[in-house]
Amino acid sequence: MNGQFVIDGLLNGAMIGLGAIGLTLAYSVLRFANFAHGEFISWGGYIALLAAGGIGAVLGQPKDIGNLTFGWPLILALPVAALGAGVLALALDAVLFRRLRQKGSSITLVIASFGASLALRSLLEFLFSDDPRYYSTDIAIAMPLGLGLRASADQLGVLGFALVLMVLMHLVMTRSRLGWSLRAVSENADLARLAGIDVAGVIRAAWLIGGGLAGVTGVLLGQTVQLRPTMGFDLLLPLFSAAILGGIGSVPGAMLGGLIIGLAEALSVPLIGAEYRAAVAFLVLLAMLLVRPTGLFGVRT
Amino acid sequence: MGVTALALETRDLVAGYEPDLPIVRGASIRVARGEIVLLLGPNGAGKSTLVKAIAGLVPVSAGEILADGASIAGVPTHRLIRRGLAFVPQTDNVFTGLSVRENLVLAAGLLPVAQRGQRVKEMLTLFPDLARLAAQAAGRLSGGQRQMLAIARALVVGPRLLMLDEPSAGLSPLLVGTVMAKLSEIRGQGVTILMVEQNARAALPIADRAYVLVEGRVAHEGPAAGLFDDPAVAALYLGGRPRAA
Repeated sequence: MNGQFVIDGLLNGAMIGLGAIGLTLAYSVLRFANFAHGEFISWGGYIALLAAGGIGAVLGQPKDIGNLTFGWPLILALPVAALGAGVLALALDAVLFRRLRQKGSSITLVIASFGASLALRSLLEFLFSDDPRYYSTDIAIAMPLGLGLRASADQLGVLGFALVLMVLMHLVMTRSRLGWSLRAVSENADLARLAGIDVAGVIRAAWLIGGGLAGVTGVLLGQTVQLRPTMGFDLLLPLFSAAILGGIGSVPGAMLGGLIIGLAEALSVPLIGAEYRAAVAFLVLLAMLLVRPTGLFGVRT
Repeated sequence: MGVTALALETRDLVAGYEPDLPIVRGASIRVARGEIVLLLGPNGAGKSTLVKAIAGLVPVSAGEILADGASIAGVPTHRLIRRGLAFVPQTDNVFTGLSVRENLVLAAGLLPVAQRGQRVKEMLTLFPDLARLAAQAAGRLSGGQRQMLAIARALVVGPRLLMLDEPSAGLSPLLVGTVMAKLSEIRGQGVTILMVEQNARAALPIADRAYVLVEGRVAHEGPAAGLFDDPAVAALYLGGRPRAA
């Protein structure tokens, strides 16, 4: 076994962590597990596919940047995908979750999110078919990094970008009024109102940020693996594992949880075989729920 | 008491968490500017529900709430705070996951940017204990320190009317005295105070007037001084029903 699993694990884990932030935000602010969150990832990936195609058509034949297998069209499509997925999350809240919140219990919301997930996934399959799609068909060549480790420029770029986003998100949560408001609403919505916070506005911000980060995750996943309508749904279990491992409701917890799950999955390949890789997230989730249900950063409520 | 001097008034207010189960059942109270008014009464009388309804946290099904003469029933809580009303709940009244300073800065966010830092500084001067704990998580404060932070959090935006729900609950007699003295000092700065308080003996000395609520209605009102000398009030406060007039 060499240390290559660290690169693979960090890459996968960074994407899981980014995706899990929205899941944990929705849970902490609205107190329900949103099973439709994976669809924001898939939709983000496909929105970027359309946007990059459109931008490429306007800018002319796109050229790859350096050793990367993509050019400016995909980079410019990234914020479009983030915005699109964020708006999709907001719209889903407006037409479905907000109405149910006013009269239903959190289990009603969870079941509704299952339904929404199915509908959004089916729509994506209808629009784009089941066939895998790629932003680029160029081959990403892995470069030696020393110590026997290899990574492609795409992988390093994606990893660096995901880590920068995580740090930014951490700064937003700890240094900005928006971050404090999100933490305040998740702790005690009535007290947040008494502190003059527009709780409905904070909930909209949580959807926009969580959906947006999921959309970015979709693009990063589409770039390093492939685009499929089920890509987000397939990531749901690692996302939940990361959120619960970090302590549901904790943004830094979700990020760290994602990295741990990613590393654990990657480590499992040389140890127990690739066929059991998917079970690792489930085992970590199970162990965490049994040993420390509040997670690494969670607080008992 | 002229109408223009009224800071707050409720008229035949009916409120409760469930529309068909009102807890406040037609309560009418008046608070003049600069007063400290107490809401007393036995457990379950609807005192807390009344102040929560005024703060927009409990649905109002009938009656009126007027602040400085304008109707505020149905106005969302965060907008009431912008209009100069503040409320300190009895429990869960600070953000435990935020530091003392973050609690204050967050609440000060309603002020113009240039004033925020100054107001937070003023609160830390008013509550010197909090100043040395500014960086500490509010969840690690003692009961008394939390109560001070909760009051400071409510005051940081400079409200005209401060409502408190049992500010002495769970505090030692010494701390209760400190809280009451602080509230008296705050009133001295022109803030009107409406306070629910079980510990009437501690609160009456700083109060101007008091209402005794029984079963969701005002059963007695009068000056705070000598309130307990009235045998009817003593009976009400001990859980009795209002006598027929």
